[in-house]
Amino acid sequence: MNFDLSDDQRDIKRTAREFLAARYRWPEVRRLALEEERAFTDAQWDEMVELGWTGAGDLGVVELAVLAEELGYALAPTPLQSTWAAARLLAAAGEEGRLAGGRRGAVAHWEPGLRDPEAPASPFAGGRLSGVKVAVPDAAVADVLVVTAEGGRHVVVEAGAPGMTISRAETLDTTRRLYEVRFDGTPAEELSGHGFEQAWLGVTAASAAESVGVAQRAMEMAVAYAKDRTQFGRPIGSYQAVSHACAQMLLEVEGARAATYWAAWALDHEPETALVAVSMAKAYAADAGRRVCGAALQVHGGIGFTWEHDLHFLLKRAHANARMYGDAAWHRGRVAALSL
Amino acid sequence: MDLTLSDAERTFRDDVRSWLAENHPGPAPTEEDAAFAFRRDWQRRLNERGWAGLSWPEEYGGAGATQVEQAIFYEEVARAGAPQMANTLGLAMGGPTVIAHGTEKQKARFLAPILSADEIWCQGFSEPQSGSDLASLKTRAVRSNGGFRVTGQKVWTTYAHQAKWCMLVARTNPDVPKHRGLTYFLMDMEQDGVEVRPLRQITGDAEFNEIFMEDAFVPEDNVVGGVDNGWSVAITTLMHERAGLAFALQVDVHIALRELVGLARSRGVIGDPGIRDRLAQLHIEAQVLRLNAYRGLTGAMNRGAPGPEGSLGKWHWAEVNQAVGDLALDILGPEAQLVDDPWTHRFLRSRANSIEGGTTEILKNIVAERVLGLPRG
Repeated sequence: MNFDLSDDQRDIKRTAREFLAARYRWPEVRRLALEEERAFTDAQWDEMVELGWTGAGDLGVVELAVLAEELGYALAPTPLQSTWAAARLLAAAGEEGRLAGGRRGAVAHWEPGLRDPEAPASPFAGGRLSGVKVAVPDAAVADVLVVTAEGGRHVVVEAGAPGMTISRAETLDTTRRLYEVRFDGTPAEELSGHGFEQAWLGVTAASAAESVGVAQRAMEMAVAYAKDRTQFGRPIGSYQAVSHACAQMLLEVEGARAATYWAAWALDHEPETALVAVSMAKAYAADAGRRVCGAALQVHGGIGFTWEHDLHFLLKRAHANARMYGDAAWHRGRVAALSL
Repeated sequence: MDLTLSDAERTFRDDVRSWLAENHPGPAPTEEDAAFAFRRDWQRRLNERGWAGLSWPEEYGGAGATQVEQAIFYEEVARAGAPQMANTLGLAMGGPTVIAHGTEKQKARFLAPILSADEIWCQGFSEPQSGSDLASLKTRAVRSNGGFRVTGQKVWTTYAHQAKWCMLVARTNPDVPKHRGLTYFLMDMEQDGVEVRPLRQITGDAEFNEIFMEDAFVPEDNVVGGVDNGWSVAITTLMHERAGLAFALQVDVHIALRELVGLARSRGVIGDPGIRDRLAQLHIEAQVLRLNAYRGLTGAMNRGAPGPEGSLGKWHWAEVNQAVGDLALDILGPEAQLVDDPWTHRFLRSRANSIEGGTTEILKNIVAERVLGLPRG
């Protein structure tokens, strides 16, 4: 029994923290988010390929969670998580080779009005896919799209396939590009395999881990600001109204982290627990992410509400993440179904 | 990261599980004195098995178990629905404090009867005017041939009417800053200068007491950790309280939650979406409590002592346990206006959770100052 990262996992964390901190300072995050069409550069992608981060199929879920937490902490705009998601679903069908050599992937899942993540309705028949997918991360930069279709099926579409139209959406979270993808009789191949549920769970756990990193960063910014900012002649962090809000952030960040790493560990080592563990982690981390970021903004006061301050990027990512892969209420529903 | 039990830990778990199955004493009697005697007997049997002082070092009569084994033990006791031991404060707080700060003579005198439940312990910290600001306490201890005479009042003292020994913090020097003039005593409760009066609480029970001391005598030999050094000794006690109890308490929440699901089912509201959402949230929170308790164990094993994050666990537990009580009343609906034990009792009792053993506000201060490094108010 050791609820702590191993030495290897710690190394991954340290490397990721240093790498990301050096490349994704706030001005660069802001530039990528607001000015760069794809929100990343080829050089940045190539470096991640070089580090081996794109080959997520070879990593355990705990290692994936460690990386995802650091990506959230740095708020690094990158199509890496989208590629992981596609890679894990492809691997469930033995098709991970489609992403060899640093090719990028994306997963097209949500549809207009779809709320239950287990009920996609895009028609697929005779090797042809139709329908509209919304809020698809990184669709325009993906070499391969994994698309969910009616009947819980997964199909794969190569970039540039006929009848596929991709248009950029305006997003709450500008650090992650989302697109609308329309399919009109687009040629697609069905993926077959048994590991899709596990793959989705891994992706969901990684998303929870990303929210943990986002919340951790927002909390650190709030605590630093509370030590620095004085009003009425004292640092505002000496007032209990502020310090207790910060303590509450720690409670939620640590709770989210504990649940998330438990879920990641269960996926690697105790699959019979993984389903409920992932839903618990996602629900708790989604709520913690948005609450901690909201409280951090409150601690910052007016400055935190300005466009110039960086905090809003974290707040927006936290709220966006909270709705990916099933929101907190949906995951609580699954916890209830499994526990009651 | 490895959340599995080692072979040795699994063997220990199986031992505990089968021993509890064979030795479970059945339901506890309801009458108060009989119930306490029942718990005393139960502790004696556990002590004969070597498990009363599970985490205590072997040289002091303990089993020298690791913290993980202790956690396993708590979980198995909860799973078996086995009774609490009688001398919980002596086992969880008094003994560890004597082991950490006591003289060899004190260890020889006090430890064995804690384990055997021959001598029950209580804790004399809080006073009517000194709750959260414990160091402001006014109970005075004045030197008097070969020891001290103690005068003052303590409150919220569990087991005082059963106890032989009181972990008493009193002021020995009024002329220095408040934290520095305190001394930690082991006071004999069986003497004329000590009077115990039950304190009736909102549940109607009298689980706690007030202690009135007038010239009560404590010999010099019963000072723990040195005269005027009582604050740091008391902190040891409180850290053990929060770390050790945090684990037992999360187990208690899991049991309550199981019963709450049963209540929702028997009242026909298990399908109600609002109730389901709250039950799911409580399952998640209870799991987070358990995970953080395990994380705390890992941290304590790596550092050798419980840390301030024990404060997080105690505060979070209070919120979750109170939410269990609230939800129970909502499930009962209009009938929550009628007494429906154990839920009425559980709801009322839970209101103390965010006050006893450190109020939530004080715990937030500790987290803010010692973990986050925020300035003191």
